[in-house]
Amino acid sequence: MSAEGVGAPLPRKEDDRLMRGRGQYVGDIRLPGMQDVAFVRSPLAHARIRAIHVPEACRDRVFTAADLDGVLPIRAVSGLPGFKASEQPVLATGKVRQVGELVAMCVAPTRAEAEDIAASIVLDLEELPAIHDMLAAREPGAALVHEHWGDNVFLETLVDVDIGSAFDAPITVSRTISTGRQCMAPIEGRGTVVQLDHRLDQLVVHTASQMPHIVRNGLSECLGIEQGRIRIVSPDVGGGFGYKAILLAEDVALCWLALRCGHPVRWLEDRREHLTANANCREHHYRITAYAERDGTLRGIDCEATVDSGAYSAYPFSACLEAAQVASILPGPYDFPSYRCRTWSVATNKCPILPYRGVARTGVCFALELVLDAVAREAGIPPEVVREKNLVRPGQMPFENITNKHFDSGDYPEALARALAAIDVESVRARQGGAEPDGRRIGLGLAIYCEQAAHGTSVYSGWGIPMVPGHEQASARLTPDGGLELRIGAHSHGQGLETTLAQVAHEILGVPVARTRLVHGDTAMTPYSTGSWGSRVMVMAGGAVAAACEALRDRAVRIGAHLLQAAPEACRFDGGHVVGPNGDVSLEAIARTWYRRPQDLAPDTDPGGLEVTAGYKPQRDSGTFSYAAHAAVVAVDPDLGAVEILDYVIVEDGGTLVNPLVVDGQIQGGLAQGIGTALFEEMRFDGRGQPLASTFADYLLPGPAEVPMARIDHMETPSPYTRFGQKGIGEGGAIAPPAALANAVNDALRPLGVEMLHSPVTPHRIVAAVLAARSAATRARDAA
Amino acid sequence: MKPAPFAWERPASLPALLDGLDRATGSVKLIAGGQSLGPMLNLRLVEPDLVLDITGIPEFRQARMEGGTLVLGACVTHADIEDGRVPDNTGGALRRVASAIAYRPVRNRGTIGGSLVHADPAADWVSALTALGASVEIAGRSGRRTLPVEAFVTGALDVALRPGEVLVAIRIPARPEGAAWGYVKHCAKIGEFAHAIGAVLIEPDSGRGRAVIGAVEGAPLLLTEASPLFGGRIGADFAARFDPAAADAALIAAGMADRVARHVHVTVLARAVAQAAGHTPTTLPEAA
Repeated sequence: MSAEGVGAPLPRKEDDRLMRGRGQYVGDIRLPGMQDVAFVRSPLAHARIRAIHVPEACRDRVFTAADLDGVLPIRAVSGLPGFKASEQPVLATGKVRQVGELVAMCVAPTRAEAEDIAASIVLDLEELPAIHDMLAAREPGAALVHEHWGDNVFLETLVDVDIGSAFDAPITVSRTISTGRQCMAPIEGRGTVVQLDHRLDQLVVHTASQMPHIVRNGLSECLGIEQGRIRIVSPDVGGGFGYKAILLAEDVALCWLALRCGHPVRWLEDRREHLTANANCREHHYRITAYAERDGTLRGIDCEATVDSGAYSAYPFSACLEAAQVASILPGPYDFPSYRCRTWSVATNKCPILPYRGVARTGVCFALELVLDAVAREAGIPPEVVREKNLVRPGQMPFENITNKHFDSGDYPEALARALAAIDVESVRARQGGAEPDGRRIGLGLAIYCEQAAHGTSVYSGWGIPMVPGHEQASARLTPDGGLELRIGAHSHGQGLETTLAQVAHEILGVPVARTRLVHGDTAMTPYSTGSWGSRVMVMAGGAVAAACEALRDRAVRIGAHLLQAAPEACRFDGGHVVGPNGDVSLEAIARTWYRRPQDLAPDTDPGGLEVTAGYKPQRDSGTFSYAAHAAVVAVDPDLGAVEILDYVIVEDGGTLVNPLVVDGQIQGGLAQGIGTALFEEMRFDGRGQPLASTFADYLLPGPAEVPMARIDHMETPSPYTRFGQKGIGEGGAIAPPAALANAVNDALRPLGVEMLHSPVTPHRIVAAVLAARSAATRARDAA
Repeated sequence: MKPAPFAWERPASLPALLDGLDRATGSVKLIAGGQSLGPMLNLRLVEPDLVLDITGIPEFRQARMEGGTLVLGACVTHADIEDGRVPDNTGGALRRVASAIAYRPVRNRGTIGGSLVHADPAADWVSALTALGASVEIAGRSGRRTLPVEAFVTGALDVALRPGEVLVAIRIPARPEGAAWGYVKHCAKIGEFAHAIGAVLIEPDSGRGRAVIGAVEGAPLLLTEASPLFGGRIGADFAARFDPAAADAALIAAGMADRVARHVHVTVLARAVAQAAGHTPTTLPEAA
């Protein structure tokens, strides 16, 4: 390992500007003549639109669906059999299906004036019964979100692998487990500034996006204009997490408006819009049964999972990604012989469910890991033993699991063993044996997950959604002064790619990281890519950058050999120099020769020069499997329900780590979000489908005081399929914490007869459960 | 989230402020730190025609002792109190309360008077000043009057200000010799609005005590004579005599139906009592 190559713990280059407040976000863009947009949104969850009354004075500043000639609704169809498509109108037509749905668009010189206009518009709505409960939505006779479907089910799926053979197991444990609806909460919300470039006859769309090229696809389809007329620029992005991997109706509306008005227009999502109208995620419901032997060996898992997909299928991931993923990944890192999972993606009058960091894995891990703890209690054995019994073994690698997931490599029992040692299980259990001086109760919780990442064509073609990743491409170009420019179609918004991809290039070309620049986030300047999602970029763009740099290196060697008057095969490349039998020549000199002194080149020199675009796919594109064992120790105050995290250990295997510091940052940031899911974050709705939080005073995020620094230990089992053995790790930190923390709370409160099965595990829920358990105990004592 | 249009004035004196209130034809809001009114304006929960900024009135920013009584101008900030820039006659009680209000940026701007006038039941000063026996000084065109805090805060977001009146100052009596103070609040996380507040000022020597159960639906529940919480008698052993059932009964009588909420409020009050008695006041965290 060189000081700057793969494996070097370099501080992130991009932090110099980001931490000094010099990042450039959509909200920082100022264009001459730019006007602001405010939307009139539906105040009701489900209603028929009878009329939209626009005051005459602002008629030319307000646009409704009737104005949007030629604009098509957003359609994110899945090819899975039985999928029912929804059409999400850019501005509502006929009826509204969620609170916050766009009804009218108001434009004015400032946002405040645009909001004044929006406030003057009167909606005449006929309220319809709102469907806010996904289980009720599945019942016959429920009101219908999309009438022509005949029911409220986007998609129903069933996997059954011999479940009947498990029914005679000596231990059967059934639980109903659920996760609350959440809102992703990146520091920066969504935002779009659209400018019509009259010279190029092109819409320049500045938008905070994880996937600029996919946004271009979607906009082109909805607007009915060719892709050459659209350029997407995604500048610095203040956190994505999946929310910025979605084409919003707002984006389409702004593009139409810029075409119509001719001047730049801007929409910056405010936090109320964010919380009430857009960024929903996570709401799952499980009825799950585990069948096991008395020693904890799993015989089978049987599950019915329902996901509240909201009103529309979001582009490009569709309304069924989440639930269908549940069926395929519920077995997690465990090996057992029988399995059944039925899933429903249900339409309700809520915002569309969007893929949040970890996507379905967080809910799946919560359901499975909680039920494993229940098995342990039922069998009377420690929870770690149940996991040790069932984890896939290193000798099984590569391993095809019960849902045909192909595990590339890893030693899962070792990760668990290290986590148990680090958290010091014995001393925690000894402490539990005594009373705490403050009356709190101590609990230990475990959770293990695996994270399939960078899965490609072979996986996504089966989903049949609007976006299927193929080869990932990258360009590498030496500048005339010997610097290096890398171009990728994915986007860096916290992953540190400006640093880590420069490290990959350094590994091959020896160019200092400081002299390597990453160009990304602009469809006019980068190769096509599906973008940054699915923890894929370090594997995919990392592989592509390596391939491009290798091709560049080979060309440089041939030019260098000519300058050294040696045969190319007699030369080698080392530390940024071509080294021949009688001397060496630097990349700088080679670049200078190609660009500035072409007279010195050989007559048969490669005319492609020092700029290469190369494509990459791993040897197998079924994905890398990173994984981790999380172990948490908590103190629970049973009378107030307060949970304090005393210790948190993560043993993570991300394969070869390109930059361990960046990986630690990803894990710690994911942990913060996982703690939010576990203990704080929930968007609740009332019986009319009204969201009950509209500010961060009502929607609680963990703060610095609630997020401890995890103790992180790395294993590095290389993936056999990727360029450097690296695996995708971007989402893992957010997957296991809800399960580990709920298991820890349950361990703490077990003597009180309390088991928490819904996330977030809030103080109120804990106190309610403790009081209910006390009442039950009192009744039992009275009866006896 | 931008406010509806409004006019803004910043009077330089109390008479000018009262004049402004008198002259106003439409709806008026006073702004000091703006930590509650700011978001409410932005969310268009309030749409006043005129906003009067009272931070330019020197008298409102001052603090002084009058005999043993501490007089805090309405625009004294939480941070002024937290940092000790104003006198203290409560044995540090005010500083401790101030230091745990929301977050430091809120404390830098938020004012004690603004917090009282906003009268959010979950806010700290509403409960703490009630327990400390503080009163408010109110000015209007017809002169000044003084009200105990418990008479001033009449309900959730509701206070006994008449049209044209402003809160000028808060008057806090000296903590009696030998009096024990306990203040505990329960939040789901640091800086969040409280879900329960317990505050007690106990005078074991004289057998008197005030107890407040705050962060309830309306104005805080005040027991000016707290002895029923202690088996009918307050003495040096008051902590041991605390009777949770009596507190629970008081909450039931006050109309709190939710059993979980009552349990949390009673627990928090019990911990305030324990804190007053000097029993490991901070081993239990206030937040998760």
